[in-house]
Amino acid sequence: MADLTELYQQTIVEHNRSPRNFKTLDHPTHQAQGDNPLCGDQITLQLTVDGDVIREVGFQGSGCAISQASASLMTSAVLGKSAGEAERLFRAFHDMVAGGADAPADPAVLGKLAAFSGVKQFPARVKCANLAWHTLHAALQADRNPISTE
Amino acid sequence: MSATRAAAARSAPAWDVARVRRDFPILATLVHGKPLVYLDNGATSQKPHAVIDAVSHYYETGNANVHRGVYALSESATATYEGARTKLARFLNAREDREIIYVRGTTEAINLVASSFGRLKVRSGDEILVSAMEHHSNIVPWQILAEQVGATIKVIPMNQAGELRLDEYEKLLTPRARLVAVAHISNSLGTINPIKDMTARAHARGVPVLVDGAQGAPHLVVDVQDLDCDFYTVSGHKMFGPTGIGVLYGKAAHLEDMPPYQGGGDMIRSVTFAKTTYAPIPAKFEAGTPDIAGVVGLGAAVDYLGSLDRNAAALHEQDLLEYGTKRLATVPGLTIVGTAAQKASVISFVLAGIHAHDVGTIVDQSGVAIRTGHHCTQPVMEFFGVPATARASFAFYNTRDEVDALVEALQGVRRVFG
Repeated sequence: MADLTELYQQTIVEHNRSPRNFKTLDHPTHQAQGDNPLCGDQITLQLTVDGDVIREVGFQGSGCAISQASASLMTSAVLGKSAGEAERLFRAFHDMVAGGADAPADPAVLGKLAAFSGVKQFPARVKCANLAWHTLHAALQADRNPISTE
Repeated sequence: MSATRAAAARSAPAWDVARVRRDFPILATLVHGKPLVYLDNGATSQKPHAVIDAVSHYYETGNANVHRGVYALSESATATYEGARTKLARFLNAREDREIIYVRGTTEAINLVASSFGRLKVRSGDEILVSAMEHHSNIVPWQILAEQVGATIKVIPMNQAGELRLDEYEKLLTPRARLVAVAHISNSLGTINPIKDMTARAHARGVPVLVDGAQGAPHLVVDVQDLDCDFYTVSGHKMFGPTGIGVLYGKAAHLEDMPPYQGGGDMIRSVTFAKTTYAPIPAKFEAGTPDIAGVVGLGAAVDYLGSLDRNAAALHEQDLLEYGTKRLATVPGLTIVGTAAQKASVISFVLAGIHAHDVGTIVDQSGVAIRTGHHCTQPVMEFFGVPATARASFAFYNTRDEVDALVEALQGVRRVFG
C-alpha cells in the first residue's frame, strides 16, 4: 500500500473532505467549466481579477478525491497571484504530475501542491489532478466554452 | 432466464471452476505482485486458450481472403468463415444462417439497424422507444436517426430497483411507435429484462423489437426464435471471443427489405456506373474484407461455450451474485445500485462519501480489477442520483474467494480515507 499513501497523501484526503474556496462569487470577472467525461469530474471555477491580480476565487464541483482536492489546493495557491504567476504554477504542476520534466518537483515553487507528486505513478489519474488547472487556464483566457480533458 | 435457472437448479452443481480457470491463461497473471482478480467481465471477458489458439492457427496455416480466390487456401478460409456463421446461427437459434450478419460488435450492429432500418421505416413524427437503462450505444444511434428524420425518442421508465415499468411501456406502444430498442441485460444494473413479454406486447401493436444482447449472450442461453425479437446484437469480446467482431441477428424478412449500410466489395451482385444491384443477405451487409480472424476466434468461442455445461455455469454465476450481494452488504457505507428481482451477476455499488474512481484505484493495488464510472449509462447514473458507481461483473470463471478479495480490498478504501 506504499504507492497508495503517496497518491492519497494526508493533504489530499483533508482537502477532499473540507475543500477551500468551495463557493460561488457574486461578481466574477472570469468563469469557466471543466469536465472530465471519462470520470464525470466537474468543476465550475469563478475568478475576480483586478488588474492582473486574482483577488477572489471560488469553485463548485463534484468528482473523485484527486480532482476535488486539486481544485481546493489550486484555488488556495493562486489567490493573490497574478495571471502570469498562476500560469507558471500550472506549468510546474503539470510537469510534476505528468512527468514531463526531468527535474523533480520543486517544493519552493509548488508548496502544498507537491502533495500531488504521487499522481505521476497513476497515469489514469493525471487528468483528475489537472482538471482544475486546465479550467483555470480556460477562465483566464476568458474562454466561455466548457473545457474537457479528453 | 427463469427456465434456465430452474434447469440449473435441478442439475447437480457440477461446476469445476478450478478446471475452467485453467482454460484462461490470463487468470494466472499477477498485478502489483498479487493474483489478478478480474471482475470487469461486463466491459470485456477474458479469452480461453481455444480462442487464442484458433486465431493463431488461422494466421499460421489458413490465412487468405474470403469469397474471392479460386485457390485452395481461399476456399478453406471461406469455408471456415461461413462455418462459423452456422455455429452462430445455432448459438442464437436463428432459423437460417443468412440471418447472421458479421459486424464489429453491438455498437456497429445497432448503428446498422438505425441507419438502414431507420431509413426504410422511420419518418417525421414517428417514435422510437428506448429503455431508461440503455447503454449509450443503444441511445445515441437512435438520436442521430431521430434528428435526421424528425422522429422522437420515448423512454420506457424504470422503478427504483432498476426494473422496467411494463405498465408505462404498454402506454408508449402507440400507433406512432416504429421500433423498441432494449437491452437483454443492463450493463450497469444487471437487470434481466422480460424480453419475451416485451416483444409479444410490441408485436401485438405491429412494432418490431431490437434487443441489445451485449450482456445477454455471455450470461444466458439465447434463443431468438423463442424471444421472437426482430434483431439481436452480440459483441464477441464480451462472450470470450476476440475484440472487433460481433453479430447482428435479424429476421430474414427485415434484412431483405433493408437497404445496404455500407457499400463496397463483396456486397454487390453487379456494378456499372449506371446502376448497382446488391448481393442477397448476409453479403449485402458485409462490405469489404471482413475480420476473418475475428470470425474464426468467435467461432472458437461458441465451440468453447458449447463444450461447457451452461446451466451449471449459470448456477455458479447466480451463486456469485448472491454471495457477492451478501458479502458487499457488510462493507460500511456501501449501497448496491440495481436490485431487480431478475439479475445477472453484475453488482454496481457506491461507497458513502468516496468517489468510485478512488475506489477503483485503491482496490487495483490489491490486484482487483473493477469498472468505475458511468458505464456509458449516464441517464442511469442521473436516475439514481450518483455521479458514478463501482461495478463488479462476474463470469463463470470467478470464485467466492475473489468476492472475498474484493470485500477485503474495499476495507482498504476505508483505511485510506480514514
